Amino acid sequence: MAAVGEPALLDFLKTPVATFQDFVVLSGRAFGNIFRSPHYTDDIFLQMDVIGIGSLPIVMFIGLFSGLIMGLQSSRALATYGQQDQMGEILAFTLIRELGPVLVALLVAGRNASGIASEIGSMRVTEQIDAMRALGTDPIKKLVTPRLIATAVVLPLLTIIADFIGLLGGYFIAWSLFSMPASQYWTSVYQDLAFNDVVQGLVKPFAFAIIIALVGCFYGMRTTGGTQGVGRATTTAVVTSSMWIFVASYFIDLAILIFVNLR
Amino acid sequence: MTPDSILRFENVNLHFGDVPALVDVSFELKQGETRVVLGAAGSGKTTLLKCAIGLTRPDSGRILLFDREVTALKESQLFELRARVGVLFQEGGLFDSMTVAENVEYPLVNQAVHHAAIAHNGDLAERVREALRFVELEQTLDRFPSQLSGGMRRRVGIARAVVTEPALVLYDSPTAGLDPITANTIINLIIKERDLRNTAAIIVTYRYQDGHLVANFRYNPNSGHIEPAARIDDIPGGTPGGVEDPLKTEFLVMNEGRLVFEGSQEQLRASSDPYVRKFVK
Repeated sequence: MAAVGEPALLDFLKTPVATFQDFVVLSGRAFGNIFRSPHYTDDIFLQMDVIGIGSLPIVMFIGLFSGLIMGLQSSRALATYGQQDQMGEILAFTLIRELGPVLVALLVAGRNASGIASEIGSMRVTEQIDAMRALGTDPIKKLVTPRLIATAVVLPLLTIIADFIGLLGGYFIAWSLFSMPASQYWTSVYQDLAFNDVVQGLVKPFAFAIIIALVGCFYGMRTTGGTQGVGRATTTAVVTSSMWIFVASYFIDLAILIFVNLR
Repeated sequence: MTPDSILRFENVNLHFGDVPALVDVSFELKQGETRVVLGAAGSGKTTLLKCAIGLTRPDSGRILLFDREVTALKESQLFELRARVGVLFQEGGLFDSMTVAENVEYPLVNQAVHHAAIAHNGDLAERVREALRFVELEQTLDRFPSQLSGGMRRRVGIARAVVTEPALVLYDSPTAGLDPITANTIINLIIKERDLRNTAAIIVTYRYQDGHLVANFRYNPNSGHIEPAARIDDIPGGTPGGVEDPLKTEFLVMNEGRLVFEGSQEQLRASSDPYVRKFVK
């Protein structure tokens, strides 16, 4: 009865495969437009402002508190072994390699993947996307590519800021609990950071930015079914981009392990 | 094909899943003609318009716009063709992140981008003003669409559709959801645009009255008013009951993706089809 079973299996796979295909097509066109005129430079700067400056306060806030929390948690563990002077190193590793990029990306996904999806989704359901096409503008060029470029530029910058403020928070704990001098803390932060840690810490937000912008735009562009549809698109964009951030983080770690650390 | 053909559908079919949106639709629109498309919600009227400018692609059949085959062109090639068509979307389709002036200016700026034509800023502003004066909304230049009423948004939509002086204007349900007085204003604008510039138009609506006005009223440039068109029985030698230039406005009726009627207003009135009769009041 394979003839009956097979189509059912294919049907089951059809939707996700078709969705992924659409996503790849959209991504290809969004990237292709980076090098094709006309360029909507104003839109890029506007999005940088919305995504970058707009996210700055919350990113700094979260950065500070994750540094403080990490400081407290590690201090207890380190005190058990009398290794308090390693605190800067531990914080630098965890914050710069993983925690900083992922936390910032999740925040920006919550703030901007949703924002992008709902804005483009509303434009879709009110026929503004069709109007754009009818008036001779490629909506991918006008809406998707600027958001992609803007997110890819600002997310690494936001991550650097969050990392730095997190380390400051860690220093506050080191200073207040162990009276650690600034020079000792910052030296341990700096000394054990290898070049590939920093690269990792910047490649990740760059990759996450691409995920956030494209997933947000993708679900926005696919919105159907009026205002309810906009709500659905927004939720799906946040959930999907958050999931892919973790998946991408795993694969970047894996790639760095294989290609850099094991050589 | 006749030389003055603007838009031509040849056996166009389109299904959304199992739902037929267009079934074997064929018709032709020539220079200066108007088609009033009547039909219930979901009968394929909007899809018809979207197919005409390639926003939606049919499953089969050919669509020719200004003698170019829309169905065979790539999206990037369609932009140039679409620049010659004005579209009023159902709710106006205005960009709500832009002011009224920016909205109306958008197609002009866009054409300048694509054709590298040198557009003077002053010239642009004047054309925007002129288009808004046409719909009597000159005072709203710096307002945002969200600050306008439904009827005003529709009028700005018309200004944006006609600012490039297109040869064809597509109106998607221009009067839907408006009170009768505002609806009349909108239809009067459509008549004025048609008669001042002799544009071809497709007007999609569910109100027979809209079609009746378009078919029987004319814009008088001397008085600036919309007046009943001269009946042919007022003209010596005319057929009784007919309207001056009766072939210019024809009616199409759609039902579940099919064109179930095509003809003049008299033929529409005389139709015995129960579905068609529902639209004639």
